[in-house]
Amino acid sequence: MSDAKLACRDVWKLYGPSAKQLLERNPEPDLADVLEAGLVPAVRAANLQVHSGEIFVIMGLSGSGKSTLVRCMSRLIEPTQGELIFEGQDLLGASKAQMIDIRRHKMGMVFQHFALLPHLSVLENVAFPLDIQGQNKQQREARAREIIELVGLAGREDYLPHELSGGQQQRVGIARSLAVEPEIWFLDEPFSALDPLIRREMQDEFLRLQAKLKKSIVFITHDFDEAIRLADRIAIMKEGAIVQIASPEELVLNPATDYVAEFTRYVPRDKVISVGSIMQANGSAQYGADSGASVSVRSMDKIADISATVFDAEHPLNVVDDNGVKVGSIDRAAIVDFLVSSSRHQQ
Amino acid sequence: MSTVNAAINNSTPPASFARGYSYRLCWLLIALATFYLSSNAKAIAKSLDMRWLVKYPSAWKLPIKDHISAFMQWLVEVAHFGFFSFTDLTRGISWLIEQPYNLALSLFSTGLLSGVGSDAIQLLPPLSWIAVVLAVIALGHYAKDWWLAALCGSAFVYLAVFGQWNSAMVTLASIAIAVPMGVALGLLLGIAIFRHAWVDRVMSPVLDLMQTIPVFAYLVPILFMFGFGPVSALIATIIYAMPPMVRMTALALRGVNDEVRDLGVMVGCTDRQLLWRVLIPVARPGLMVGVNQVIMLSLNMVIIASMIGAGGLGYDVLTSLRKLDIGGGIEAGIAIVVLAVALDRLSQAIVDRQGSERRSSAITVDQHFLRRYPRLVMVLVVAVLLSLLGVVSPFFQAYPESAQITTGQFWQDKVSFININYFDDLEVFKDAVLIWFLLPIKRFLLGIPWPWGLVLITLIAAHFGGWRLAFLTFLLSGFIVVNGLWLKAMTTVYLCGASVIIASLIGIPLGIWAALNKTAGRIIGVFIDTLQTLPSFVYLIPVVMLFRVGDFTAMIAVVLYALAPAVRYAAHGIRSIDPQLIEAGTVSGCTPRQLLTRIRLPLAYPEILMGINQTIMLALSMLVITALVGTRDLGQEVYIALTKADVGRGIVAGLSVAFIAIIADRIIVAGARRARQRYAPSTLNQ
Repeated sequence: MSDAKLACRDVWKLYGPSAKQLLERNPEPDLADVLEAGLVPAVRAANLQVHSGEIFVIMGLSGSGKSTLVRCMSRLIEPTQGELIFEGQDLLGASKAQMIDIRRHKMGMVFQHFALLPHLSVLENVAFPLDIQGQNKQQREARAREIIELVGLAGREDYLPHELSGGQQQRVGIARSLAVEPEIWFLDEPFSALDPLIRREMQDEFLRLQAKLKKSIVFITHDFDEAIRLADRIAIMKEGAIVQIASPEELVLNPATDYVAEFTRYVPRDKVISVGSIMQANGSAQYGADSGASVSVRSMDKIADISATVFDAEHPLNVVDDNGVKVGSIDRAAIVDFLVSSSRHQQ
Repeated sequence: MSTVNAAINNSTPPASFARGYSYRLCWLLIALATFYLSSNAKAIAKSLDMRWLVKYPSAWKLPIKDHISAFMQWLVEVAHFGFFSFTDLTRGISWLIEQPYNLALSLFSTGLLSGVGSDAIQLLPPLSWIAVVLAVIALGHYAKDWWLAALCGSAFVYLAVFGQWNSAMVTLASIAIAVPMGVALGLLLGIAIFRHAWVDRVMSPVLDLMQTIPVFAYLVPILFMFGFGPVSALIATIIYAMPPMVRMTALALRGVNDEVRDLGVMVGCTDRQLLWRVLIPVARPGLMVGVNQVIMLSLNMVIIASMIGAGGLGYDVLTSLRKLDIGGGIEAGIAIVVLAVALDRLSQAIVDRQGSERRSSAITVDQHFLRRYPRLVMVLVVAVLLSLLGVVSPFFQAYPESAQITTGQFWQDKVSFININYFDDLEVFKDAVLIWFLLPIKRFLLGIPWPWGLVLITLIAAHFGGWRLAFLTFLLSGFIVVNGLWLKAMTTVYLCGASVIIASLIGIPLGIWAALNKTAGRIIGVFIDTLQTLPSFVYLIPVVMLFRVGDFTAMIAVVLYALAPAVRYAAHGIRSIDPQLIEAGTVSGCTPRQLLTRIRLPLAYPEILMGINQTIMLALSMLVITALVGTRDLGQEVYIALTKADVGRGIVAGLSVAFIAIIADRIIVAGARRARQRYAPSTLNQ
């Protein structure tokens, strides 16, 4: 795909001696082969593309290799084998100096435990990446104040990290990673260390920021609900391998394996699945052409958002696409069927 | 995990039960044989006409020490690296250290001089005593609060009032040079260890040796290379005080969170930026602990360093001890303690300050210099002002002699009083301990014929640590034997062993008590902290006063010095037991006594062993110092070598002490590991 910001092609990370030799001998070993060779499989044959401006979530339980994968993507960990293409450039071929340059100007990363420097104030922490680049004080502090304002920490510039709450600390971490205006933004379980209420607030905050900034994002989480909430697309990892890459809706509707299905089972389906998936499409219309209703719903709306409207209406409602062209219709019965099947699904 | 499984398999009946039984029987037989040989060795040797069994023949000695001496001679007289000779190198180092030292000395003590010796003219006076006291008070306030400021201030006023000012300033000048140099060198070495695995592999045995080899042993070569004088003393101090800084640096850098390191890489740090802008600032609290250690060890060296040319308080103590001037020794000794306590609390407070540094509202960068550093500005102004005033009135320059108080006579009288009135009681106590405790141990250990001793220690090492450890032990103790030092080494083992037994008997119960009772814990904590602040030499002074010279005196001093780790580790071991296990015991109906003997002690056992290990290390290092009070062990050997400037003899004896320490350390660590596997396999998974 042409608009891929960052692509992984057949990326492997195996720990242990003679990992390279195994891959040379057998380019596509399965899990049993790797374990038999006495190696620890962290990432196996990962293929993915992160598109410009999308939130790409990598979801997996602990030990599934998601953290290793994201560190391979930024070359914090050197992959055993594979190809990384960042903005059309071969990342693994980049020299040390080139990597420093790329990281300084094009990458940002947010860490699970914030990784704030304890001896620097909020302002200095946020300005730190710019300081490392060698920007002068006035310039970098002006930029830092701007970002601090953006993440809602204005007025706390002179606090030290330990004087802030967990949520505030992660806001600093986010501000710091955005200070260099990165082309690709890595977030490694950024909200996992926070309380559930704060976590939700931070997710909203994150979506607000992304609506404004439109970054290309790789977001790591072990929380499937979080993945569903935030993702444009999700990659599900298990034992170092990517099991499925799909939008949240596709994952719920067509899980590739039982493993994925198990995750999707308790997802509130009405919040994930859109009208388009259950409407009566044009042509096979049972209720005739235009029902004449003045109210219509959009095919991309989530069912939870429109179910009340449909119930309140006397007639089936029109379903329109983004351009307002009618693409189908939906009625109470469809909603009821959906809800019943959803609740069955979860038993 | 495999070791855990092995440990579990080991304890499965019935095969290993039978093996364990015969194993124990075997050890019982060995013990009996040792006792028999120890008491009858002479008779056996006589009847077999094999005198070499009890006394290692001097014809069999290897001339290791002669080789070392010859090598040193060659190094100093012949060695040449192309452009410059070895002597040029040592002179260069001397010069480098001398410059800052002279500056510090003129600042604190002599003033800026022009000319040499008695012709010298004072161009500028040294810092006024009032200015120094004020500076210390300001530092105390900066580091913590007015309480600390008052403590440090009164410590320095004490030095002035009790007539120790000049010596104390000489000592302070050498500390002021040794500490930054030790810290800087330690930091650089620590960084090298952290960065390069091969440096780590090379340095870790070197550090082990540096920390176990007695100071006296390397005083000799230093004396040989750098001559008698303050520079040699500074070099010895730096070598002695640096290892903990190296270790703390490597440890603190390794302890930096992975995420923080990743952050550094992700913002595009170069290697240098990563180290100096990210890792070192984040590791600073750990590094400061190292700095505190360097300060304390430097102070510890004050008296010993005066043997090779340091002046100041240490020199006063040493000369008083040699003259048996009790009062003078105690006076100068107390002054060292006062200095040590002040510097320790000050540096500790600076360590603790890290977290709460820079209140959020306080400083913005643009503020005026005067408002940012009010204390510094004040101290500088006052110092200059007082120097000007000093020209007018000498009071501002130096504390007037007429107002000094000397306590020397007071202490002299006190000690005489005790000796006159309680001499018999003290003597009875001393003799009882000697006859019933020390002498039997001594007779037993010295009676063991050396070939059997060699076999025995190797077997013990094999039992705890397997054949590799046994091999190492055999080599190290073989070194002692072939140098003809077996009997002296056994004397060291006996004095060390006796002291460690007593220190453990006192220290472990104290530690357990401290862990179980909060109030007791606090009091014991303060007591132990103070004990550890005191330079090792200071312990000797009162003990010598009361018990005169000899093994008993040495033992008391060693016990006092080596008590702290026994208490600390025992307390830590008991405190760190999972409270759920105690609850489980209570629910099962354990009495408090059963809780202690069935749960707490077995679980804390590995920690307690480590405490004993540390106690042994400290005891060995103190033993060498007690050579001054007339023990006849390896310490004495080193000390004699020092007075005769016999490099080979000093190094060989010093290495022997270090080897005893290493053998004890390895065997106990192996034993503690076994105990840990048995009692708490889960801790191994970490």
